[in-house]
Amino acid sequence: MAFDEMRNGSGEVRPTYAKIADWLKTVSANDLERRRYEAELFYRRGGITFAVYGDEQGGERIIPYDIVPRILSRPEWNKLSRGLEQRVRAINLYLADIYGRQDILRAGLIPEELIWRNATFRPEMAGLRVPHNIYVHIAGIDVVRVDGDDFYVLEDNTRTPSGVSYMLGGREISIRLMPELYATHGVAPIENYPNELLATLRSVAPQQSSSDPTVALLTPGPFNSAYYEHSFLADRMGVELVEGRDLFVQDAVVYMRMTQGPKRVDVIYRRVDDDFIDPLTFRSDTMLGVPGLFEAYVAGNVTLANAVGTGISDDKVIYAYMPQIVKFYLGEEPILKNVPTWRCREAEHLAYVLDHLEELVVKEAHGSGGYGMLVGPQASSSEIEEFRARLKAMPAAYIAQPTLSLSTCPTFVDQGIAPRHVDLRPFVLSGADGVRIVPGGLTRVALREGSLVVNSSQGGGTKDTWIVDF
Amino acid sequence: MKVDQLEPSMLRRTADSLYWLSRYVERADYLARILEAAERLSSLPKAELEVGTNEWESALLTAGCLDAFREKYDVANALTVTEFLAYSNENSYSIRRCLETARANARAVRTALTAEMWDVINGAWLELQDLRPGTLVPGQSSRFLDWVKDICLRVDGSGHRTMLRRDSYWFARLGIYAERADNTARILDVKYHVLLPKASQVGGGLDYAQWAAILRAVSALNSYHWVYRESVKPWLVADLLILNEQMPRSLVACYGQIVANLDNLATAYGRVGDSQRQARNVYLHLENNSVDQIFQSGLHEFLTEFIASNNRVCQAIVEQYLI
Repeated sequence: MAFDEMRNGSGEVRPTYAKIADWLKTVSANDLERRRYEAELFYRRGGITFAVYGDEQGGERIIPYDIVPRILSRPEWNKLSRGLEQRVRAINLYLADIYGRQDILRAGLIPEELIWRNATFRPEMAGLRVPHNIYVHIAGIDVVRVDGDDFYVLEDNTRTPSGVSYMLGGREISIRLMPELYATHGVAPIENYPNELLATLRSVAPQQSSSDPTVALLTPGPFNSAYYEHSFLADRMGVELVEGRDLFVQDAVVYMRMTQGPKRVDVIYRRVDDDFIDPLTFRSDTMLGVPGLFEAYVAGNVTLANAVGTGISDDKVIYAYMPQIVKFYLGEEPILKNVPTWRCREAEHLAYVLDHLEELVVKEAHGSGGYGMLVGPQASSSEIEEFRARLKAMPAAYIAQPTLSLSTCPTFVDQGIAPRHVDLRPFVLSGADGVRIVPGGLTRVALREGSLVVNSSQGGGTKDTWIVDF
Repeated sequence: MKVDQLEPSMLRRTADSLYWLSRYVERADYLARILEAAERLSSLPKAELEVGTNEWESALLTAGCLDAFREKYDVANALTVTEFLAYSNENSYSIRRCLETARANARAVRTALTAEMWDVINGAWLELQDLRPGTLVPGQSSRFLDWVKDICLRVDGSGHRTMLRRDSYWFARLGIYAERADNTARILDVKYHVLLPKASQVGGGLDYAQWAAILRAVSALNSYHWVYRESVKPWLVADLLILNEQMPRSLVACYGQIVANLDNLATAYGRVGDSQRQARNVYLHLENNSVDQIFQSGLHEFLTEFIASNNRVCQAIVEQYLI
């Protein structure tokens, strides 16, 4: 039985959800349906869409939005928030170490080949100093609850995490469509996220740049699945939204092509993956990036956020070592829990996994987006056998975890209000002047009954997340 | 504390998209007007029409896509031409494709648009998604064409009411007037033979209908009566659409706007370039001209030369600011 965030074991409504429960009693299904429809209209008209790769008719889709908000109490949030800050501080120290002295490898805490043989490790970054030693300026840490006490980290997204525009869009809808409910809760505001992001980006400008550094957001372009988010954030920050062809590098300095002539760029919030940012250094078969960008980066003339090579911290195999990483760099006990993880590259782990496929979740060690995973308890026997063969063929490509019984929240579905499994992606900003976290995050909900897969590419929806004082 | 001034500069790609967004919307409006005019003219009694004229072919000629049409269709009639110019996915200059291209440009530069402009363009695009070939039967096209003209008015109006008066606005306006000047010149050129004075039958009912259709296509029929206060005469139609500064679609009025918007850019950026010089020359040439002179040296020749100069000005804008 999953932990229900609204009701306790005997079916009584928890105090945090008292007003929501009362409200749900007073609104009719028709009324909820009307509001859900208006929310959808808000997304459609705003062009707040995402693209699903490989989807033929796809083009642009809207993300389903559930109008029943998710509530977390202030004390719950405070604990989570401290844990997030601790985890991201540790990740930044770990990255500085991996691309620097490599103390953690010499201490024998992580097997060296896990780093050297990892495609996300960028040898080009070794020995390079980045401004203020910050690698991950924007992190999206996926957390789940299985009981009332603890938060488990499911994934650390430290490359180019997305979803923050849906967090902000969802809040906009709450304020517009459920004013009576919103007003009675004293919800902690999140609307300042773009300001906090801009402050973070400006704080990490190269030391020699002017006191008024120029920030730009680099997007792969309108065909990228998160393009709406890129344009939304650029707009709210008041910075240029650039594509690779809008930038050029001369004498190791990056410029934007402006109507009036070239303009120097100091900080690039890039939403383009490492592989594609510079055809001269990384993949050469791409037009998305900027030739010479990495050279300008190495010369210290431009800051990239996030830094190059951060994938070595959100790899699913490295994930298994996060508790040790926190202890090693901070000398503290981790506040957030890690999900026990079997690394199939190790023989005993593999043997255990093969024996327990029916109970485990098996994931690709380097995958993301909910693709290529096996949810044992929900898989058919042929799917399980298919994964067994894959695991035997390429054990190092997989990790396995117990199937967590993710907590549930009341959700408006065809049958009315019913519990559905959720996770939460809060966004952690790290700048020269400290860590910023707006209170809340993107709650993703698996809309199908019993489903544990919350990814938007796999039929997941979103909810607004309210941090309230209790 | 220092208050940041908006810098008078923007991404060249953004300026480019704003310029083309405007041009495509303006072109969609123009295509709707051509189709309306063709509908009206084709209903005139056939016997009175000159041998060999087909209003639907003439519409294709005015739209500049007669050759592309002939690759796909055998006969030019109400059904085929309306399909080709209004709804076709295969004609990259159909109304549908123009609005789709406008929306693609808008999406690429959302940060440079106001919410109101985005709302009109994206809303139009959403409505277009419901439009399938064959959904529109003859007789319903006028409703569609009215809708198109309404969208264009709203894009124009929302831009005018809500955009900051800075470079982004001026680039958007340049797109409108560059396209409009081209369109007015083309519609005149395709019909220029009707405007030439003929010894025999000046003032016949058929001529009146032809001239009126041209005026109507550029929403100038009422204006004509207010300006000239006499029956429709071909040289006055030409005067109105080429040389009248008060007429918003006349060549001289379009060029007045092109010069003004380019001057705004030159002032903001502190530099005058090729586009400003060329546009001013075209403008002066129009200002110092008269209908008599134009007719003497040849209306067709005049219009051909104008279309070419307008293209050169557009090319200069592209090179100076957009690529």
